[in-house]
Amino acid sequence: MYNKKVMDHFMNPRNVGEIENADGVGEAGNPHGDQMKIFLKIRDNRIEDVKFKTFGCAAAIASSSMATELIKGKTLEEAWELTNEEVAEALEGLPPGKLECSVVSREATHRAINEYRKKQGLEPLAEQA
Amino acid sequence: MGDTHLVYMDHAATTFTNPEVVETMLPFLKKHFGNPSSLYSIGREGREAVETAREKLAKALGAKPEEIYFTSGGTESDNWAVKGTAFARQKKGKHIITTPIEHHAVLYPCEYLETQGFDVTYLPVDRYGLLDPAEVEAAIRKDTVLISVMYANNEIGTIEPILEIGKVAREHKIPFHTDAVQVIGKVPLDLQREHKDVDILSLSSHKFYGPKGVGALYIREGTEIDNYMHGGAQEGGKRAGTENVAGILGMGKAIELATANIEEHNKKLRKMRDRLMAGVLEIPHCRLNGHPEKRLPGNLNFSFEYIEGESLLLMLDQMGICCSTGSACSSGSSDPSHVLRAIGVPPKTAQGSLRLTLGDANSGKDIDYVLEVLPEVVGKLRAISPFYKPADKGK
Repeated sequence: MYNKKVMDHFMNPRNVGEIENADGVGEAGNPHGDQMKIFLKIRDNRIEDVKFKTFGCAAAIASSSMATELIKGKTLEEAWELTNEEVAEALEGLPPGKLECSVVSREATHRAINEYRKKQGLEPLAEQA
Repeated sequence: MGDTHLVYMDHAATTFTNPEVVETMLPFLKKHFGNPSSLYSIGREGREAVETAREKLAKALGAKPEEIYFTSGGTESDNWAVKGTAFARQKKGKHIITTPIEHHAVLYPCEYLETQGFDVTYLPVDRYGLLDPAEVEAAIRKDTVLISVMYANNEIGTIEPILEIGKVAREHKIPFHTDAVQVIGKVPLDLQREHKDVDILSLSSHKFYGPKGVGALYIREGTEIDNYMHGGAQEGGKRAGTENVAGILGMGKAIELATANIEEHNKKLRKMRDRLMAGVLEIPHCRLNGHPEKRLPGNLNFSFEYIEGESLLLMLDQMGICCSTGSACSSGSSDPSHVLRAIGVPPKTAQGSLRLTLGDANSGKDIDYVLEVLPEVVGKLRAISPFYKPADKGK
């Protein structure tokens, strides 16, 4: 059902944990009940460190892991642009019906970035329809 | 990882085919290929095999051979029982009584019948999944034409008070169907005596170490039910189609073996099951789903707070343990198990459910292995979970 890459990120997820006094924290869920919480350490508009915790199926955990790998070291603008499809592609594909489970990582990242922007007195970025 | 020895704990999903059963079947896949409806010798051999199996099933169930009809499995048997009875009796009324914890092979035919003008009452069950026979009696109407209640639940293992429900049905002269797919070889059945109030009963071969793709429907003499497959004269014209000879013969052997020594077999299963249950319940924030005593001897169903079942199942699979879950993600739907919801398990808790069903593939070593691996895997997933708060640790 899941490919080797997905299973690797599921069995050995990268960047698991929490960051104390994180600069941005975001949480998101989906109707399946998957839930992700993401913690960002930001320096000079760049994601210096990222940690996450996810409740969900293997697809949700693996895409959380991959998404954190992909946004680490990126500028906030670059991280904002990361799509679920790009995460799925980096995982070399998710089974049909499982892309929805990866949506939480994009939403949680957006919320964390906007939480940081608000703290900085900046306008929150708007979600693209 | 992955190459550890296999611990199969999903006997409620299917069982391995008993080697003795396979041996019985082989000649009918090779040499004796004749059509049982043909009159020459290799045809007659097939006919004999089918009728021998029918007698074995009848004996195991305490039924008459002519009350046994071969089908393709549990799903077909349930479909036939529910739709066949409903349509045959629709002039008398269009009301059916069942429960929300039935297998989908009963629930979905009921939903279909609702589109055909039938009215279905889904009686609530208690927190253990038990149905109260008094509720059945209270739900009976003048237009009730069928009562269908499963003998034991496939997910949580709860055994229903079938004798009492049957008595109510008989008193009101309403046909009573029970899906007995999970109980063959676990509960002794005697349809002429103890179970005289059961009119229709479904069973499936691959749940008791027989081959897949074959099952049977018991229909008590005189029960009103429509023919299911229209075609040839097989099964008295009620279920047309050339018989699955090898499968039917294998099922006959399997039921003979499975019902030979039910009590001793159950004792062995319960001993392993109870040790596994005690060990697993030591994991914090874990609950048992289903009735603590009135349950199938090999069934365990747990919910682990803060984690999701599909992840749990896949991590256990990586460690060589095969089991199942009622989580939404595992079934591709947005809701967790309909059974767990019906017994009032909160959705989040139902997401973290795990079913372990023991059987002949298991030994005491398997119990030790699962008790070693499961707490570690639960701990690993909780460490990733945003719902698991450090304050909960060590409770």
